[in-house]
Amino acid sequence: MDAPMNSLPNNTHIDVETILRIQKISRKEEIGRNWYKFSRNPISVVGLLVVITVILLATFAPYVAPYPTHAGPYTDFANAKKPPNWTYLLGTDQIGRDILSRIIFGMRSSLLMAVVVLSLVVPPGVLLGLIAGYYHGTWIDTVIMRLTDIFLAVPPLILALAVASVLKPNLWNSMMAISLMWWPWYTRLVYGLATTLRNEYFVTAAEVTGASTAHILFREIFPNTVSPILTKMSIDVAWVIIIGSMLSFVGLGVQPPEPSLGTMIADGAKYLPDQWWIAVFPALAIVVIVLGFNLLGDGISDMFASEDA
Amino acid sequence: MSMIRFLLQRALYSIFVLLGLSVVIFVIARIMPGDPARMAVGARAPQWVVDRLREQMHLNDPVAVQYYFWLKDAMKGDFGLSLITQRPVTNDIREFLPASLELALYAAILEAVFGIGLGIVSARYKDTWIDNLGRLISYAGIVTPSYIFAIFFILLFGFALKWFPIIGRVSEDVAMPKTITGLVTIDALIQGQFQTFFNALWHIILPSFSLAMGSIAQAARITRSSMADNLTKDYIANMRAMGVSEKAIMSRFLLKPSLIPTISILGLDIASILSVAFIVESIFNWPGLARYGMNAMLYKDLNAISAVILVFGATFAIMNIVVDIIVAQLDPRIRLRAAKGD
Repeated sequence: MDAPMNSLPNNTHIDVETILRIQKISRKEEIGRNWYKFSRNPISVVGLLVVITVILLATFAPYVAPYPTHAGPYTDFANAKKPPNWTYLLGTDQIGRDILSRIIFGMRSSLLMAVVVLSLVVPPGVLLGLIAGYYHGTWIDTVIMRLTDIFLAVPPLILALAVASVLKPNLWNSMMAISLMWWPWYTRLVYGLATTLRNEYFVTAAEVTGASTAHILFREIFPNTVSPILTKMSIDVAWVIIIGSMLSFVGLGVQPPEPSLGTMIADGAKYLPDQWWIAVFPALAIVVIVLGFNLLGDGISDMFASEDA
Repeated sequence: MSMIRFLLQRALYSIFVLLGLSVVIFVIARIMPGDPARMAVGARAPQWVVDRLREQMHLNDPVAVQYYFWLKDAMKGDFGLSLITQRPVTNDIREFLPASLELALYAAILEAVFGIGLGIVSARYKDTWIDNLGRLISYAGIVTPSYIFAIFFILLFGFALKWFPIIGRVSEDVAMPKTITGLVTIDALIQGQFQTFFNALWHIILPSFSLAMGSIAQAARITRSSMADNLTKDYIANMRAMGVSEKAIMSRFLLKPSLIPTISILGLDIASILSVAFIVESIFNWPGLARYGMNAMLYKDLNAISAVILVFGATFAIMNIVVDIIVAQLDPRIRLRAAKGD
C-alpha cells in the first residue's frame, strides 16, 4: 500500500480527503460509463424496461390488477370462458376469473420464487466455488468439485421434481427443491474463474504481504468474479421462472386457487383450441418475462465485456 | 492406446458420479414421510403383512445397510415393483424408454440440421439482415420453454392449419410395427412398412420440434459465434493470402474447428431433452419415460422415481463420453494430447 506514496516526489502533498474525493468522482464516472455502454444497445434497454415493468406490476399487483379478488377463490360461472373483451382484456378462464389479473398475481409468485431461490443459492454456491478454486489441486478442491459433479449429473429440474414430489406441494417447498439443486452451477462457474485468478499477481502480492485467506477470497478474488455471476443471475431468474412454471404445471408448485403461470397454462391446455386465450396469454407472459431477463443479462455481460477489450 | 485409457478414466469417473447420484436419490427417497411397506400393500392390509414386508425390504435395518441392499438389487437391474403399474420397474423402463429415445433422436437430427445450418448462414452473412433475422429467431427459441412451443405448435399446425397430428405415435387406424428396436419409425423401415414409417414420422415432427427449438437456437448461436471467432484467426488470414477461395475456407477449414463447441453442447442437450420432456410428452400423449417418471413422482412411486432418475443420469454420462470421443476426432490437438498421455 505504501509503495506508490513513496514513489511520489517528496514535495508532493496529497491529503486523505483529496484521495477519497477523487475515488468518489471516479466511482461516479465509472457508473456513468457503464450506463453509457449498457444504453448504447437499445435491445438491452428494452430488456431493462421489461424487467422493471414486471417487477413493478408484481410488487403492486393488488393495486394494478383490474380484479384483485380474482386471484383468490373466486368463481363467476356466468362469465366463464369469455374471450378477450373490454371488460376482461385478456378474457376469463374456465370459472370466470379475469386472466389479466391472474397473470399479474402469477408473476408475483414467479418473481418471489426467483428472488428466494437465487438468494438461497448464490451465496453458498459462490463460496464453495471460491474455496475450491483457491485450494485448487488439494483434497478440498476434490471433495467440493466431485460433490458438484454428482449434482450436475442430471438436469436440476429432474432432481428438483423428485424433491418436490416427496414434500408437501406448495410454493415454499418447490423453492426449497429448486434451491437444493441449483447451487452447483454457481460453484462450477466461480471455480473456473477462481482457478485462474489465484495465479494472478495481485493474489500473490496479497499472499506475500500476509493477507488472511478470507481477505484473499473476498477482497481479491471475489470482486473479479462479480460480472459473470451477475450475468448468470439475470439469466437464471428466467430459468427459475421457467422451472417453477413447469413444477406448477404438473401440480407440484403453487397450489390453487393461488394463481401461477404454470398452473394457468396447464389448465388452459385442456380448453385448446376453442378457448385458446386461457393458455396462450399466460404462456406469452412467461415468454415476455424470460425474454426481458435474458436481454438484461446479455446487456450486463456486454457492458463488462467491452471493459476488457 | 492412450485414448482408450482416457476413455476408461472417463467411464470410471462416470460410475463414481452415478454412485453419488444413487446416494442422493436414496436420501431423497428416505425423506418421504410415510411407511414404504404400508404404501406398497395398501391401507387395508393387516399389520403383520406390513411387518413382514418391512423385514423383507430391510426397512428395520440402519440406513447404510438399507442403501447397501438397495444398491445390490439396483446393480442387478432390479428396482422392485412400481406402485402404479404393479410391474417390475425395469419392465416399465424397457417399455417407455424407446419412445423417449426416438423423440430425442429426431430432436438431435433437427438440432444438428437446423441449428448448425442457421449458424453457418448467420456467420456467412454476418451483420446483414439475414444474420439479424437468424439471431432474432434464435433468441425467441432460447427464451421460450419447450412446453410453450408445444402449445403454440398444436394451436397453429395442429388445429388451425391441420398439417400435423397432435396425439400419439401413429394414427389409430395404423398398426404398430413389430417391436425390434422400439423406435417405431426405425422398426417400420426395417420391416419395409413405408406407410407406417411416414405416418410415425408425421406424428413425431411436432413433439420433436417443440423439444428441439431451444437447442436449435442455442446451437445456431454457438456455431455462429465460434465461426465468427475463428474467422479472425491467423490461419484464415493466411489461407486468404494464399488465395484459397472463400467457399473452400468456409467449408473445409472453418467449419470443422468451429463445430467443436456446438457438438459439446448438442450432446448434453440431447441427454437433457430426454429427461425434461415430461410436459411435452404428456401434451402430445407420447408414451415416453419422462412422462412415466413424472407420473411416478406425482404418485410418490419411489422405486420408479429412483430408477428413472438413474437412467437419466446414465444417459447423461454416456452422452458425455460420446461427446468426448467426437470432439477428440474433430480436434487433432486433443487427440495428440491424449496420445502423448498428458
